[in-house]
Amino acid sequence: MAINTDKNSYTIIFATIMVVVVGSILAFLASALRPNIQENERFEKQQNILYAMGVNENDESSVNFIPTDKVEGEFHTYIKEQLVIEGDKITENDEAYLIDLKKQLSAKKKGEPFKLPLFIGEKDSKKFYIIPMYGKGLWDAISGFIALDDTMTVQGVYFDHKGETPGLGANIKQRYFMDDFTGETILKGQNYAGVAVVKGNNDPLNNTKDDNEVDALAGATITGNGVSAMIKESVNLYKGYLETIRVK
Amino acid sequence: MGLLSKKDTNLILDPLADNNPITIQVLGICSALAITAELKASIVMAIAVLFVLGLGNVVISLMRNIIPSKIRIIVQLIVVATLVIIVDQVLKAFAYELSKTLSVFVGLIITNCIIMGRFEAFALANGPWKSFLDGIGNSLGYGVILIIVGFFRELFGSGTLLGYPVLGDPITKTGVYATGYENNGFMIIPPAALIVVGIIIWVQRSRNPALVEDN
Repeated sequence: MAINTDKNSYTIIFATIMVVVVGSILAFLASALRPNIQENERFEKQQNILYAMGVNENDESSVNFIPTDKVEGEFHTYIKEQLVIEGDKITENDEAYLIDLKKQLSAKKKGEPFKLPLFIGEKDSKKFYIIPMYGKGLWDAISGFIALDDTMTVQGVYFDHKGETPGLGANIKQRYFMDDFTGETILKGQNYAGVAVVKGNNDPLNNTKDDNEVDALAGATITGNGVSAMIKESVNLYKGYLETIRVK
Repeated sequence: MGLLSKKDTNLILDPLADNNPITIQVLGICSALAITAELKASIVMAIAVLFVLGLGNVVISLMRNIIPSKIRIIVQLIVVATLVIIVDQVLKAFAYELSKTLSVFVGLIITNCIIMGRFEAFALANGPWKSFLDGIGNSLGYGVILIIVGFFRELFGSGTLLGYPVLGDPITKTGVYATGYENNGFMIIPPAALIVVGIIIWVQRSRNPALVEDN
């Protein structure tokens, strides 16, 4: 080649051009696709909230959400109230589901005021109180929704993760794991104990529903512990509100 | 072989057996250990790497004469990272469900040694068409091993294949489990992949002694 690619000046020029070109391609792509991506994320949140309260198109063993073209309508049909809890103040807000729980929790950590969203759903004249959750898995964040009734019994959950190991920790979003939570109580006496993911509890089919325990996933101990911690932490955040609606 | 010359065919077929990236060059082991607990994850990873390596090899090959050798590794890294991010973003915008499935693989693809290895060893020295075939061949070779390992790990570890229970139900003791068979929990954890890969290497070398290194 005619160009001397070993020269320092060439290297620097090449690096600069490369960074500018790649940077602008990615920046352009990100801003061009942002509306689409945000819309998808909004639908996903609605789908997840509805999934937790049992509004989904599940067949025997797979997870099927309400399709994106219908989810907006269904969301407004089933979710009767969206509350924002700010200290002792509870307000209603139709866009509470768009609140980023991660940001609110980090505000809480810094001692700043924070908002907690809570959704009240109604299906077959039964009320569901749906709480968003956010926590840590093995590699990255885990999140989800838990639907409770007024006796603090779990009516359904949905878990999601950012980067858990495929085939191991990533299985927290499989039916056989999530379904186990349904029917468990989050109360232990008067305490909000949540539902723990435990190994070797001699109850693989999860027949005992009042032990605050579900069977763990093999090979996913840390993700499982993350799920336990996440549920416990989240229900305790909402303890104040839950106490007011709980049937004692 | 009307379409491909003999040399080109070898570019695809060699990595499948006698020059397999995993069992012979021992590259890409990290992801082979991480994601082979299930057959489905193995297949997804194989397809993703096929795409990235095929395309990445072509891009690097086209740039091979202008890349300064001092910073070539960084350039390769940028090319593969950019490709993966573009695919990820486009999927997020237009095929959200699919992108959710693939998102956990993104990091594993970028850091896959096979990709960097092929850029470095082949694409920097060969034309785009040959590089493309080399990329396809190597990712197929990688994929085949991944799928074999995934098959055995899921079968013996969970008693399922692609999520379907093929050996019966381990809890209610039906099918094979009625005879006292148990799932091997060891197969679920990553060290089991190392052992399965080791067995594949052993079988391959005992069938083809030419592959055994002299000591």
